[in-house]
Amino acid sequence: MNPMLNLWLIPILPLAGAAINGTLGKKSSRQAVTTIALFFSGAAFAMALWVAMRFSSLSLPYTEFFAHWIRSGSFTADFAFYLDQLSLVMLLVVTGVGFLIHIYSVGYMWDDPSYYRFFSYLNLFMFFMLTLILAGNYLLMFIGWEGVGLASYLLIGFWFTKDSAASAGKKAFIVNRIGDFGFLIALFLLIQHFGTLNFGQVFSAVSPLPAETASAGLLTAIGILLMVGACGKSAQIPLYIWLPDAMEGPTPVSALIHAATMVTAGVYMVSRSHVIFQRAPMALTVVAIIGTLTAFFAATIGITQTDIKKVLAYSTVSQLGYMFMACGVGAFSAGIFHLMTHAFFKGLLFLAAGSVIHAVGGEQDMRKMGGLRSYIPWTFLTMGIATLAIAGVPPLAGFWSKDEILWKAYQASPVYWAVGVITAFITSFYMFRLLYMTFFGDYRGGQKDAHGHASHGHDAHKHDAQGGHGHGEPHESPMVMLVPLMILAVLSLVGGLVGIGNRFEHFLAPVFDSGLIAGSSEALEGASHATELLLMGISVLAAFSGWFLAYFLYNQRPELPPKIANGLNGLYETVVHKYYVDEIYAAVFVKPLIEGSTRILWQGVDRNVIDAAVNEAGDGAKHISDEVRHMQSGNIRSYAGWVAAGSAAVIGFMVWAWTVGR
Amino acid sequence: MSFHLILFLGFGAVCVGGAINLLAQRHPINSALSLIAVMAALAGEYLLLGAEFVAAVQVIVYAGAIMVLFVFVIMLLNAGEEEETKGSRVAVLIGVPGMLIASLLVAWVVLRHSGTEAVAIGALPGHPTDIAQLLFHDFLLPFEVTSVLILIAIMGAVVLASRPDSTARKVN
Amino acid sequence: MVPLSYYLLLSGFLFACGVVGFLIKRNIITIFMSIELMLNGVNLSFVAFAAHWHALAGQVFVFFVMVVAAAEAAVGLAIIIAVYRTRETLNVDQVNLLKL
Repeated sequence: MNPMLNLWLIPILPLAGAAINGTLGKKSSRQAVTTIALFFSGAAFAMALWVAMRFSSLSLPYTEFFAHWIRSGSFTADFAFYLDQLSLVMLLVVTGVGFLIHIYSVGYMWDDPSYYRFFSYLNLFMFFMLTLILAGNYLLMFIGWEGVGLASYLLIGFWFTKDSAASAGKKAFIVNRIGDFGFLIALFLLIQHFGTLNFGQVFSAVSPLPAETASAGLLTAIGILLMVGACGKSAQIPLYIWLPDAMEGPTPVSALIHAATMVTAGVYMVSRSHVIFQRAPMALTVVAIIGTLTAFFAATIGITQTDIKKVLAYSTVSQLGYMFMACGVGAFSAGIFHLMTHAFFKGLLFLAAGSVIHAVGGEQDMRKMGGLRSYIPWTFLTMGIATLAIAGVPPLAGFWSKDEILWKAYQASPVYWAVGVITAFITSFYMFRLLYMTFFGDYRGGQKDAHGHASHGHDAHKHDAQGGHGHGEPHESPMVMLVPLMILAVLSLVGGLVGIGNRFEHFLAPVFDSGLIAGSSEALEGASHATELLLMGISVLAAFSGWFLAYFLYNQRPELPPKIANGLNGLYETVVHKYYVDEIYAAVFVKPLIEGSTRILWQGVDRNVIDAAVNEAGDGAKHISDEVRHMQSGNIRSYAGWVAAGSAAVIGFMVWAWTVGR
Repeated sequence: MSFHLILFLGFGAVCVGGAINLLAQRHPINSALSLIAVMAALAGEYLLLGAEFVAAVQVIVYAGAIMVLFVFVIMLLNAGEEEETKGSRVAVLIGVPGMLIASLLVAWVVLRHSGTEAVAIGALPGHPTDIAQLLFHDFLLPFEVTSVLILIAIMGAVVLASRPDSTARKVN
Repeated sequence: MVPLSYYLLLSGFLFACGVVGFLIKRNIITIFMSIELMLNGVNLSFVAFAAHWHALAGQVFVFFVMVVAAAEAAVGLAIIIAVYRTRETLNVDQVNLLKL
């Protein structure tokens, strides 16, 4: 019998922090707000560690019932929590990285007037994300799913007085909702066919079903619909468009939500539903194709971006594509492994980028940076480590996880692997491009006002309050911001080592192997070890080639890139404008919707039908009373006439009743 | 043709004629005098039915007091001939036909329903003794209430018809 | 022996004349007299039925009707006098201040 872990405390602690800061924060001192925020998120992390320590003594999966929720006929959904190896990994990542980012934010947001609101929202996000991870049924997970969308909206539009930030928040939420529609339909299908949303019951109901290899059936439909939801939340094609815009939010938000945790919710959800996906190969193929395409597509856009955060945003989309590629070929544990390492190095990249932006007083355009490594050495060091990690240079974390994915992808189809390797090359290229443009060469900023363009430097709004900062020399960030950077750098260095010898995969095996169809085996170790080493070599080669190309173009011959861009003018313009996807969506979906809504719904229905009905009713009453009022003429004789006529009617009725009665 | 019928028709003719004359006359005093004629004829009808007390009261109170009051007021106010004013179309167009229809309906009902019931002459003798017996025993309460009613009417009439300055003088 | 219906028809006729007079006459006093005519018609009907059913209460009721008619006539004429004082007219069409 399992001991009571009180898992419910893990989400509730940040919720308490959010509530306290939200209600009392405005009048409290910054120190008080900081203490509350750090205490509750730290407490959640501590509890996660405590659960991890007791983990080996549990019989898994561990379920914990908290409270009744829905009891409707035969359908029940309760507040119940579910813990297995997969949730534990996610739990540690979310609470750990989350806590580090909380600490970082203390320094980053110190001068913001809405300091308390930021931490309230951040804690609220932690609550929803932890609910999502620990949920024991799809419905509770969906609450967390929606909640993180809400928190994302609140945090992207944190500086809501800025139009672009408010619009970005709206865009994120609306695009997310489109994905959620797919998710909901999948839930409805689950309820319809299995009568429950409880993980245990659903998976045990799905397990005996055969794989749908011949034709698409129910499980394929559910799988594809779940993937639609994941596309929205995890920014895959076609619903990725919100993530680059989400960079309007403060950098810690980008680090936490749009790199490390929220966007990985889709990957987690797909992995959690592996039982369904393992029986719907067509759905898995869809997942793999979407992931691969997105990885490549976003990487190509990343080459041309000049805003440091936008590069990282497209990089996130691309790396998420890798994770879905892994899930799509059935290597769920590889996907989760990459999720974990990605949280480390992408979180670090964003935090370091925030440090860079802080250093140059709000400027985000890389063309105005350069040569910063002498000014901000610690940031340079940590960011460099992260870049090495993401490029896949061994023995850092990114190498192990990316390589695992590529190896598994190769076993499924060499096409996936080929696209993956090319994308790895491109990834390495644009990341080192970022590094060289930012930290090497001559410092190109500071000629004009270092507060930078108002359109870029929304951080400038914060720096304005500081005054005196940002003019002239770039400066290093305070220790409270640097320490999380260093911790994440260490994790990026060694975090991948858990993957050596397939230890990570074996850790998660009880989760994923349990979903396998009896008889088939995911162990495709038929392919030889030699092939694996060969492929490993090729991906390392790709990483170094990308590095070298970036070194050549941006360090040695910085005049070349503009010439190349001019030479490939049409192609370059298309890529710089993100393949005009936003414009296409606006023309095909948004504009007709708005037009239709204006013409048909507003003017047609609301004004001409609903308003008109009400107005006509009022006018009608007025007209009728206008006619009837002539009865009150003040003339006695007309009154008497009406009385006589009325009495005649009554007498007539009585006579008629009398004759009928006879 | 019994004598009863002849008497009935005679009195009836006077009633009808008086009623129509009331409608036809333009000067109110002529209408008042026709009404007195109607009341007198009605007293005769009551006698035919044996209600001698009621007939007497009819002549004394109705024709003798109420109508005299009417004539007084007509004289007092010097009411002249009626002017032709366009009053209400509703009254004439809806009221009169409505009333005629109603009365025709009632007449039809009466004629349909009635069989051979006939009232003998002097059918129910209404001696004052018998009336008094009813009045002061079974209908005592209504009797007393009507006396209160008359009292109220007197006071009301005095108040309504008095001139404003005369009341002021009384207060002083 | 006169059939009861004759009495009732006569009564109905008197009543109808009273109503028509109320509707078409313009002098207030004449209207009042039409009301008295109506009451008289009803009285005749009461007495006729009393004789038909041998119920003396019918005649007693006539007595009460007359009392009430007297009271009503008194008060009504006082009102007419008051109205005449203010409005200087006995034409009912000109007493129409209550119109909307």
